[in-house]
Amino acid sequence: MDAHPMGDAMAAVDLGPAHAVLERMAPVDHGHAIPLLQNIQDTYGYLPPSVLLELSDETGIPAAHLFGLATFYAQFHLEEHGRHTVRVCRGTACHVRGRQVIQEAIDEELGIEPGETTEDRRFSLETVACVGTCFLAPVVMVDNDYFGKVDPKKVGDIVAGYE
Amino acid sequence: MAVASALETVNLVIDGREIVARPGDTVLGAALSADIDIPRLCHDPRLKPVGACRLCVVEVEGKHGVLTSCTTEVAEGMVVETETDGLAAKRKTVLELILDGHRVTCPTCDKNGDCALQDYSYRYQADQFAFGGYQPGPIEPNFATGNKAIAFDPQLCITCGRCVRICDEVVMASALTFKMRASSVEVATPFDMPLNETSCVLCGLCISTCPTGAIYDRAALGQGQVKDLEKVRTVCPYCGVGCTMELNVNRQTNRIVRVTAPEGSVPNDGNLCVKGQFGFQFVHSAERLTTPLIKENGEFQEATWEEALELAGRRLSELRDEHGPDSIAFLSSCRCTNEENYLMQKVARTAGATNNVDQCATTCHAPTVAGLAATFGSGAMTNGIDEIKDVDTLFIIGSNPTEAHPIIGLEMKKALTKGAKMVVCDPRKTWVAKHADIHIQHKPGTDNMLINAMMRHILEQGLQDQEFVDSRCENFDAFRGNLDGFSVEQAAEVCDVPAGLIRRAAEMYAAGDPSSIFYTLGITEHTSGTENVQNLANLAMLCGQIGKRSSGVNPLRGQNNVQGGCDMGAMHGDFPGYQKVTDEAVRFKFAEAWGVDIPTNQGGRVTDFIEQAGDGILRGFYVFGEDPVLSEPNQAKVIRSLENLEFLVCQEIFMSETAKLADVILPASSFAEKDGTFTNTERRVQRVRKAIDPPGQAKPDWEIICLMSTAMGFPLSYDNAGEVFDEMASLTPSYGGMSFDRIDQVGLQWPCPTPDHPGTGFLHEGQFTRGRGLFHEINFREADELPDDEYPFILSTGRTLYNYNIGNMSQKSDAIRQKQSRNFVEMHTSDAERLGVANDDLVTVTTRRGELTVKAVVGERTRPGALWMPFHFVDQPTNRITNDAFDNITRTAEYKVCAAKIAKSAPIPAST
Ligand code: SF4
Ligand code: SF4
Ligand code: SF4
Ligand code: FES
Ligand code: FES
Repeated sequence: MDAHPMGDAMAAVDLGPAHAVLERMAPVDHGHAIPLLQNIQDTYGYLPPSVLLELSDETGIPAAHLFGLATFYAQFHLEEHGRHTVRVCRGTACHVRGRQVIQEAIDEELGIEPGETTEDRRFSLETVACVGTCFLAPVVMVDNDYFGKVDPKKVGDIVAGYE
Repeated sequence: MAVASALETVNLVIDGREIVARPGDTVLGAALSADIDIPRLCHDPRLKPVGACRLCVVEVEGKHGVLTSCTTEVAEGMVVETETDGLAAKRKTVLELILDGHRVTCPTCDKNGDCALQDYSYRYQADQFAFGGYQPGPIEPNFATGNKAIAFDPQLCITCGRCVRICDEVVMASALTFKMRASSVEVATPFDMPLNETSCVLCGLCISTCPTGAIYDRAALGQGQVKDLEKVRTVCPYCGVGCTMELNVNRQTNRIVRVTAPEGSVPNDGNLCVKGQFGFQFVHSAERLTTPLIKENGEFQEATWEEALELAGRRLSELRDEHGPDSIAFLSSCRCTNEENYLMQKVARTAGATNNVDQCATTCHAPTVAGLAATFGSGAMTNGIDEIKDVDTLFIIGSNPTEAHPIIGLEMKKALTKGAKMVVCDPRKTWVAKHADIHIQHKPGTDNMLINAMMRHILEQGLQDQEFVDSRCENFDAFRGNLDGFSVEQAAEVCDVPAGLIRRAAEMYAAGDPSSIFYTLGITEHTSGTENVQNLANLAMLCGQIGKRSSGVNPLRGQNNVQGGCDMGAMHGDFPGYQKVTDEAVRFKFAEAWGVDIPTNQGGRVTDFIEQAGDGILRGFYVFGEDPVLSEPNQAKVIRSLENLEFLVCQEIFMSETAKLADVILPASSFAEKDGTFTNTERRVQRVRKAIDPPGQAKPDWEIICLMSTAMGFPLSYDNAGEVFDEMASLTPSYGGMSFDRIDQVGLQWPCPTPDHPGTGFLHEGQFTRGRGLFHEINFREADELPDDEYPFILSTGRTLYNYNIGNMSQKSDAIRQKQSRNFVEMHTSDAERLGVANDDLVTVTTRRGELTVKAVVGERTRPGALWMPFHFVDQPTNRITNDAFDNITRTAEYKVCAAKIAKSAPIPAST
């Protein structure tokens, strides 16, 4: 297992809560895959691979199907989420006001790309469609806070406020 | 109404031609069967259509726009155009978009020459730079990196989804999926796990369906582009399914590069399993024997063919002359062709003047041959493989088809997809057991108790087919009377299965429309093997579930040509076609044909030969393509016996464990180096073709057997294998109508008595071969060696998916060795916990005959108190510890039950 591309993501996680979810939802079959994933994510905060493998064993839903769904829907995360979520708007208004530059600056500041989480689990980075404050474009959100007319040089200051 | 709709037709016009199709056909399917080649990339006839690639678009009169022909059903009067300028322009654009996401590397791509994307791009002159051209990113590791069977290059993938779908729909392994990656999708395994750690079964169907070179045989990379490979159509050398395959030969290197299966092939429908797909490397193994060897002072010395044949022929002749017909024996080979088996028994009975001839059926399915012959008059699978998908209730007992007969497993999966019910009786939780409606996990060795209880219940409930019983069978009253001594409750106790399950299983089988029984060595490899078989025949007759399409009693034969080996009369009591040696008229016929007196000694079976060798009765032994030291039970005793022989000659492709004991070794040919035929489990006789030359001085086996005959004073020669086949067919009524010409593309199923006979799909229609089906009164007998205080476990042996029998062929494959190369024992979690054994721990399994130290595989697959081991590994030979107790009728060993103990063993120090 040393060459595992998922590295320590496959590390053991307590399966008890997963079994509790299964019991609550029983009987679970292919038709329940999405609600099952939602409940698991609500329970663990993300979808731990070892939990999905266990779910597959227990329900007979192929692990490949669960994994396919988990990567297809943006709502699901296969890695433990950060304590804070940084969202960069990629809507049209933000786009024309230079969101690309903002994005690059934040990627660099955090050292990760959208869809990833920093190693210290402080931040997860996502992109988001228009958040409805186009007059503030380009817009970045951290958790529920909005930052408008963001200056690429100031992104460090923005994230510094979150521990 | 199924019958009526099968006759209905739909008339339509495609490209100006009038086409007759069936309702439910797609426009694409109808066009293809009329040889109208509509371009398609996401279509495979094995898969449900999805209409994803949009290359198969057509214009339909009266419809706006274009329709994907793969998802459009035919309709009466439909007028279709498949090649208009507009369609060509659309296809060109589709292809250009695909090429924009595809690294075009045709000059170095292995698939060059058989790539749909390449063909269509050329046909429609698609420009790979029309949308700017593909910008390859860095190559990142993926699920197949390091896998020795399969390679995956995402930059060649056009995301048609065929690999994902075939793995899901056909294989039902669901090892692959699409994952989203930034803005693009990519084929992946769950969590990008390495392929061998997923549910992948290494069948290679993903390779077979991939229209590009994205998924490909790892070992074939760089060994020759497909355009330069010659395909030689032949038959898989592994199991009795007898899949049609093509050896792809690079003539420059005289090597087999990869294996493919033609679309729609019989019986495998273009599919193969891991052994057929990746198991051919043994052909080119450096360990092949390439020159005759003679043992001098305990060491093998290279010899010429003349020297080796002179010595072997002279010694066998001397023993024959001095000590009579029982002093020498011939062991023929079910790995080899019909022609060779025919010759082997002919040489035994002519040059050898003895009926002492046998083959490995004694090791596996002799109880089938004897049991079904006694009941129905014919000892073979009653139905064809293509009938399986239409079975309503599959009744599977003592059989693990998805591993031992994987392509039959796929046909069963087709039946399940169509809604079939499934009853599985097996002490282990196999794939079919897990997916069954009813799984009876009975104690090994209690089959007759179970079957009797089911039949008793069927009679009590009046579920039998009395009309069938009355009109087609005999001895029913005695049979029914015998069942009075059995009850479901008693069986529940003895088999350790809930009574309710036994009742439901009986009811489900009786009610199936139709039901069909499938069994394998879990039934035959018992001291009551023949009786087990006869009792399954009883069950089928009782319910009238035999003698019709998709319904009967179906032993799944083991070796590639074990059906043929039996058919060819490589058995002491039978000439080819099961003509009895004891029958005066038959003896006369063969005496006339061969120009000799037919010997009258009774002859024995391989298990007898071994005992007689130990007792000094058998003195000379000619072993051809078999390795009894590894395949027969109680290895130490087998070796002692063979060492006691005065003369042993082995005809082999490898230095087998038996060959090591030989005085003379004759280097033989693999299936890829000779012509002939194999007969598969459904009685289908198929052509085996020479693809490459044998290595060194090795010769085709049929030639060697003739040379041996000549050396024994009975000159024999043929120009080619076809000549042997013709002689055999002229003496064998069930093969009488066959010839190499007739079976050139698709084999024929016997009986096929005349040149215009179409062959026989299922047996016993209207009447059994023997006239009336004979009910047997079968009682329950315990296995020979039961668990006790000292040896509290029941040990069974069997085969895994990845390896074959003694492993000397399958273990030569890098792909297979990477997946499975060591022996192991399966045990139940509860036993493991009690004994302090964890998964992967080394344990020692001990029986009264010896011990083996192997890894424990702990789980729920076996019953508590049961152990299971494969026997594929020469360095940890499971038959060291199996029991040499035999079926009372056919002398087949009880591999499925012996008493054993198991304990955690100290770790072996790492070898230096
Ligand atoms: S080899 Fe077979 S089981 Fe494995 S991924 Fe390919 S299709 Fe699926
Ligand atoms: S690997 Fe081949 S079969 Fe699979 S999606 Fe890609 S092109 Fe299609
Ligand atoms: S099912 Fe049997 S015959 Fe077919 S490929 Fe596999 S081993 Fe060969
Ligand atoms: S486009 Fe960014 S907030 Fe609307
Ligand atoms: S073949 Fe019909 S859409 Fe791909």
